[in-house]
Amino acid sequence: MAAKTLDRRWIFLFLFIGVALPLIFVIGLPIETTENVRAVYQMVEDTPAGSTVLISFDYDPASKPELHPMGRALLQHCFEKDLKVIITALWPMGVMMANDILDDLQPSYPNKVYGQDYVNMGFKAGGMVTIQAMGKHFKGIYTTDSNGTPVENIPMMKHIDNFENIAFVISLSAGAPGVKEWVQVAGDTYGRQVSSGVTGVSVSSVMPYVNEQKQLTGLLAGLKGAAEYEYLIGHPGTATSGMDAQSLAHLIIIIFIIIGNITYWRNKKKQKKEV
Amino acid sequence: MTHFFNVFGIWLGAAFTFAIFSFLYKDNPFYKVAEQIFVGLSAGYWFIYTIFNILIPNLFLPLSTDFAANWIKLIPAFLGVLMLMRLVPNAEWMSRYPIALLIGTTSGLAFLRYLKSDVINQITATMINPFVGNNWVTVVGQILLVVGTITGVIYFYFSKKHEGAFGVSAKIGIYFLMVSFGAAFGYTAMARVSLLIGRLQFLLGDWLGIISP
Amino acid sequence: MKRRIPLTITLIVGLIVICSEFIPHRPFSQISSELEVWFMIISGFAILLGQLNLIKTNVLKIQYKQRNWPYFVITLASFFLMVGTGALWGSQQNAGLLGHGTAISSAIGSKPFDYLFNNVYQNLQATMFSLLAFFIASAAYRAFIARTTESILLLAAAILVMLGNTSLGTLLTGWLPDSLSFLHLPKVSEFIMKYPTTAGQRAIMIGAGLGIIGSSLRIILGIERSYLGGD
Repeated sequence: MAAKTLDRRWIFLFLFIGVALPLIFVIGLPIETTENVRAVYQMVEDTPAGSTVLISFDYDPASKPELHPMGRALLQHCFEKDLKVIITALWPMGVMMANDILDDLQPSYPNKVYGQDYVNMGFKAGGMVTIQAMGKHFKGIYTTDSNGTPVENIPMMKHIDNFENIAFVISLSAGAPGVKEWVQVAGDTYGRQVSSGVTGVSVSSVMPYVNEQKQLTGLLAGLKGAAEYEYLIGHPGTATSGMDAQSLAHLIIIIFIIIGNITYWRNKKKQKKEV
Repeated sequence: MTHFFNVFGIWLGAAFTFAIFSFLYKDNPFYKVAEQIFVGLSAGYWFIYTIFNILIPNLFLPLSTDFAANWIKLIPAFLGVLMLMRLVPNAEWMSRYPIALLIGTTSGLAFLRYLKSDVINQITATMINPFVGNNWVTVVGQILLVVGTITGVIYFYFSKKHEGAFGVSAKIGIYFLMVSFGAAFGYTAMARVSLLIGRLQFLLGDWLGIISP
Repeated sequence: MKRRIPLTITLIVGLIVICSEFIPHRPFSQISSELEVWFMIISGFAILLGQLNLIKTNVLKIQYKQRNWPYFVITLASFFLMVGTGALWGSQQNAGLLGHGTAISSAIGSKPFDYLFNNVYQNLQATMFSLLAFFIASAAYRAFIARTTESILLLAAAILVMLGNTSLGTLLTGWLPDSLSFLHLPKVSEFIMKYPTTAGQRAIMIGAGLGIIGSSLRIILGIERSYLGGD
């Protein structure tokens, strides 16, 4: 069958060019916001200034293009709303991912002081069990921040004992442990408002948590979700600039699906005739 | 000097990017070398971060600074050492003790959390009045949500043969599952393309400087 | 002793965790909290076990000169390079055995461990996973064929979601009048995700949830023992 004999490297080449061209020649296609992204935005907007929030960086460089722009946009939004941000990581590389964004944002927010306005508490293993322990006694798990500074010496951590002292939790999740564990423990057990930004791969499996029970308050779904959030806060970044390429790549994949189907049905017809 | 190493770092990144991409043409030694470096560095990172972020702050520091108040941490330390016994063929069985503790804690907690979040709350979220909605699109959607969830669960019940009314329900359940798998594929395609976009943003921006990063 | 004690530990620990949920007072709450901290520390050792096992298996492969053994030398060398730089000069603000390595850090712009992570590891991992973009496109072409009702539904949902999730969808149906706005592709995609997809995934979630509850009980009660291995 022709569909089977076409060298797949042609498909690879088409896709490569299809993604590269819109990055060089920017089209600037429009971005429309969705209900779930607006819900996350509204949650941050409605949180009173001075509140402490928790953002968990549960991903590694494999998901960086999708989740990094979300993390960046969320931190920008929190800084602009004067929210104090505790950063945690259920994945060891999440620590570096968060620091990468913080280093990048530092020049734009010179008045934000480490330890007073934001803190990176680092990585802890154990997933669900560790979140459960955080909910009982946060400082029992996080005895120091990621730099090794004792938690008692970090001004913004002085009044943090458990999830009661945190306005909301956002998990930037690339899998397990991640959003599921945060929903199950921080949300359903300790009653905190939980939201999330997830990779495209996990969107469908996380969707059931976005329901009337408010297990999840909104959801940022993949690069599109990140681009929508960048649009809402008015700071276009890498997600926005990647959306043109995303559109063209999707079109190429759809065209190949159509070609594959046409070839299949044509061959089937031919085979029937021969019989 | 710093500038040289910055530029060298970017070139190193680009070289490894191409080494991995070379697999698209066919498997080759450049790819294999890059793959093994990836495995080695990854394991090294986990090793260092586990020590810096868990063992030092949660075990060694409490024991060294205030032993009297933290002596109980000797128990998980001992169990942790037993866990490492898995590497010694004759003492492998000793690792069963810490594994039993991990499995027991996880099972107890998973029992509680999955019951509430993934079963009870999901059923509650499905048991809505589907006819209450702002417009007909919402009403249709809510009907689909209720019907799809129930028939989907019916499909997963394999203790009864899928025939008659039960079989029809299971068949409808499959249709909903197929739509959800299709949607999942759509999002997966978006996810994978995003990763490629990220790579090209690095190559065209950081490396070649054609686009602004 | 080799099996009975671990089974007893699992039973007691599992029951304590469950009881502490319903009796949130001493001694259950206190023991349960302590267990959770122990869990994290032992998990740390379990991670180390993984890395040590990697060394062991690679050394054995090299020792017995298995096929492609020189590549495993590279694995070990990269592992020790990362661990060595991390142990000697630390990472980010954490000091290593030789302190912060100010001289080497100022020469290369960051600590050697961070330099390796940022310039080598990040690029390797990100590229490795980006290969999937090519394979998913190829798989879509070969396997996404509308043969049956089920596959038509799968295909239709995938295409609608793919179109709706991009700016292309906005362009294609942006001209529709308000009365037909429900046919606007981003809205169609949102509808598919919010209702039928959620329904399908929720059915899976409930089924998997019941399965996990069942196996948790079997493990705690000692009916399921496969996690103990042989002997």
